[in-house]
Amino acid sequence: MEATEIQEKVVKILTPYVKDQDALATVSGETNILEDLKVNSARLVDVVLAFEDAFDIEIADEDVDEVNTVGDCVRLIGAKV
Amino acid sequence: MNQRVVVTGLGVIAPNGNGIPEFELALRKGKSGLRVEESMVEAKLGCHVAGVPQGVDELAAASFDEDLLLAMNSSHRYVALASVEAWKSAGLEVPAPGDDAVDWDAGGVIGTGVGGMDTMGARVVPLVDAKKARRIGSTGVEQVMASGPSARVSGILALGNHVTTNSSACATGVEAIALGADRIRRGLAKRMICGGTEGASVYTWAGFDAMRVLCRKFNDDPEKASRPMSASAGGFIAGAGAGMVVLESEESATERGVEIHAEIAGSAMNCGGHRMGGSMTSPNPESVRRCIRGALADAGVAPSEVDAISGHLTATGADPKEVAAWADALERKPGELPPITATKSMIGHGLGAAGAMEAIAALLMLKGGFVHASLNCEDVHPEIEPWANSIPHELLELPELPELRTLVKAGFGFGDVNAALVMRRYEP
Repeated sequence: MEATEIQEKVVKILTPYVKDQDALATVSGETNILEDLKVNSARLVDVVLAFEDAFDIEIADEDVDEVNTVGDCVRLIGAKV
Repeated sequence: MNQRVVVTGLGVIAPNGNGIPEFELALRKGKSGLRVEESMVEAKLGCHVAGVPQGVDELAAASFDEDLLLAMNSSHRYVALASVEAWKSAGLEVPAPGDDAVDWDAGGVIGTGVGGMDTMGARVVPLVDAKKARRIGSTGVEQVMASGPSARVSGILALGNHVTTNSSACATGVEAIALGADRIRRGLAKRMICGGTEGASVYTWAGFDAMRVLCRKFNDDPEKASRPMSASAGGFIAGAGAGMVVLESEESATERGVEIHAEIAGSAMNCGGHRMGGSMTSPNPESVRRCIRGALADAGVAPSEVDAISGHLTATGADPKEVAAWADALERKPGELPPITATKSMIGHGLGAAGAMEAIAALLMLKGGFVHASLNCEDVHPEIEPWANSIPHELLELPELPELRTLVKAGFGFGDVNAALVMRRYEP
């Protein structure tokens, strides 16, 4: 799966949790999920579960600790699909 | 100095109507909200009937963003919708999620009887048993914690005063309003949003079914199944929903220039101590009498001044004892009891939400000058027969109804706990 396709799906999954919807317009690999998109940190757990379902993968809890940006999500998922 | 406490906002999600206009119309028309619940049939419960609000997911989807929707189970959806309605109807603004201002003068007492049993039954238990606990996600705890409903509402309305959840079984909703009113009376808050909510879950109803306290005789005729004060009453019908009121100091309401629906003139709570005929599941009649008398004393209202009664009246064996306790507390001889009505005859028993939904009905009756019909008791229970002419089988309206200035609403719960509210038409 291409990185752009993964990123598109990642952003779609993140969208319901994004508190600053304006930030979605300029989303890139560098976009920080908590700081830029203002996602509630507790909800990252639900985002990861949605990634697992959408890409049919398993993500270990320790991998989640390394995720800060949209690009981090894309790399993590890309390595597993 | 004690502040007078008035009601400035009302909101409801009930089995027979969502929102105040629909609910009031349903009360006036005697519309039942009871239906056959497939989940009860499938679980092979003895009772197949419940009162569940309809169309709530669509209402919630139109009112809240997706992040919030993903975090709300049924009891949260009911309470969030009823709270927003009550808040807006009080002329208050629901803050935008990004707005950082907190209303330090407004708090909430929002009760629940059983809480997030739907989340517990459908997610927590099956996922843990399947060794997939991590798939509960982040929203499991906030849905099952007892204080989930008050936590949810405080976030939506940016409440900054005391926010808590009370729980006293079926007295919960009445108690919540009494507790909130006390805080305003003491001058510790200007506004309190109060009431109760109960989710819809077969896992909640199954426990009551196992106790054989749900009605099993009217599975084929659900609208007839809830029969308070009837000789053929065979147990209660479980319900779900939420009722919310905005209570406010008279001073604050007058300053804001908003409509005042009624005054909460007094209240009382007590417990029968599981003695003198009381137990975990049945009320001590002396404690019921004392609770009603205590509320009247707190309000400075004489027993002779009560114009209508919104009973707890569940359609169990406790109904005759309750009616006798009302007559005793109000010092009325047979034939002299004011109109006594059972909202549960239309919406079933909303457990932790019951007292709150019924308090909304009571406030609408007081404001609108009517007493709604008590359905399904054409065959009045023999022990209630002496007071039979006080039961309205059809809508009772002014001027046919001689006077409606003071109404008492009570709720009695498992644990032998009681709560009563004295509501009065507001007079400056």
